[in-house]
Amino acid sequence: MDDAELLQNLLGGDESSFTELVRRHHSTLVKVARYYVASAPSAEDVAQDTWIAVMRGIEKFEGRSSFKTWLLRICVNRARTTGVKEHRSIPVDPNESGPSVSAHRFDQGGFWSDPPVPFTDAIDSRLDDTALLSAVRHAIDALGEPQQSVVTLRDVEGLTTQEVAALLELSEANVRVILHRGRARVREIVEEVVKGSRL
Amino acid sequence: MKLLPSPLVCREAVELVSDYLDGTLSRRQRRRLDKHLAQCDACAAYLDQMRATIAASGHVGPDDLPSDVVEGLVNLFRQYRSDD
Repeated sequence: MDDAELLQNLLGGDESSFTELVRRHHSTLVKVARYYVASAPSAEDVAQDTWIAVMRGIEKFEGRSSFKTWLLRICVNRARTTGVKEHRSIPVDPNESGPSVSAHRFDQGGFWSDPPVPFTDAIDSRLDDTALLSAVRHAIDALGEPQQSVVTLRDVEGLTTQEVAALLELSEANVRVILHRGRARVREIVEEVVKGSRL
Repeated sequence: MKLLPSPLVCREAVELVSDYLDGTLSRRQRRRLDKHLAQCDACAAYLDQMRATIAASGHVGPDDLPSDVVEGLVNLFRQYRSDD
C-alpha cells in the first residue's frame, strides 16, 4: 500500500495505517530534525510533535505535494523553531576543505598507491547484496551532520538536489558539496566493512 | 588557440565522481573525467563503488524503530482520537 492509500485510511481513523506511516518515516524525521536541534532526545521530540501536527492537519492536506514532502516540511519547520530556542547554530560541513579520499591512498603524483577494489569482486557471493545494504545503513548512521540529513534525503529518500536545498534552505551548490563528502565517507566506511568481510 | 585542459590525476578525479553520477558536471569536466576513466582501472573501480553505494542507499529502507517509540506514538494517536 502506498502512502496516499494509508493516508486515506488514516482519515477514517485506521490505527494500523498510522503505525505503518510511522514505521516508514519516523527514522528519517528524527535524522532531519537532528540537523537543527541540540540533542538526540530533542530530535525525537520534534519528530513526535510532527506526528501530532499530522493528526491535527491531515484533513487540510490537499495532496498537491507528496505526503513525504508535506511531512518533512512540517518536521523541518518545527525543528528550526526548536533549534532557535536552543540557540543551536546549524552545523557546517566539518570536512569541507579536506579530500574525499584520504591522501595516503595516493602517491606523490596524485595517482592511486592503494587503489579501490570493486565491491562486486570484493563481496563474497554468499553474502550477496545483504552485506552491502547493511554496511551502507551502518555507514549512513555513522555520518555526522549535515551529511547525514543530506545523504538520507537525497539518496535514501530519493528527493532531488533541488528539493533537498529548498527543504534545508541551502544552496544547490552547497547540497552538492555536502552530498559529495557524505557519499565519499559512506563509500569509505563500506569499503572497510567489505574488506573486513573477505577475511 | 584554445588551451587543452590538463589531464586529471586520480586524486582530482575522485572529487568529481558524485557530480558526474548526478549529471551536474560541466561538459568540459565531464570530458576530462571520461578521458581519465577510460585509462584508469582504479578510478573506474572507485566510480563503480560509488554507484553501488548510492544504489544501495536507495534500498536500505527505514531503520527499525524501538517498540517503545512505536507504542508511544500509537498511544498519542489513540489519545488524539478519543479527545476528538
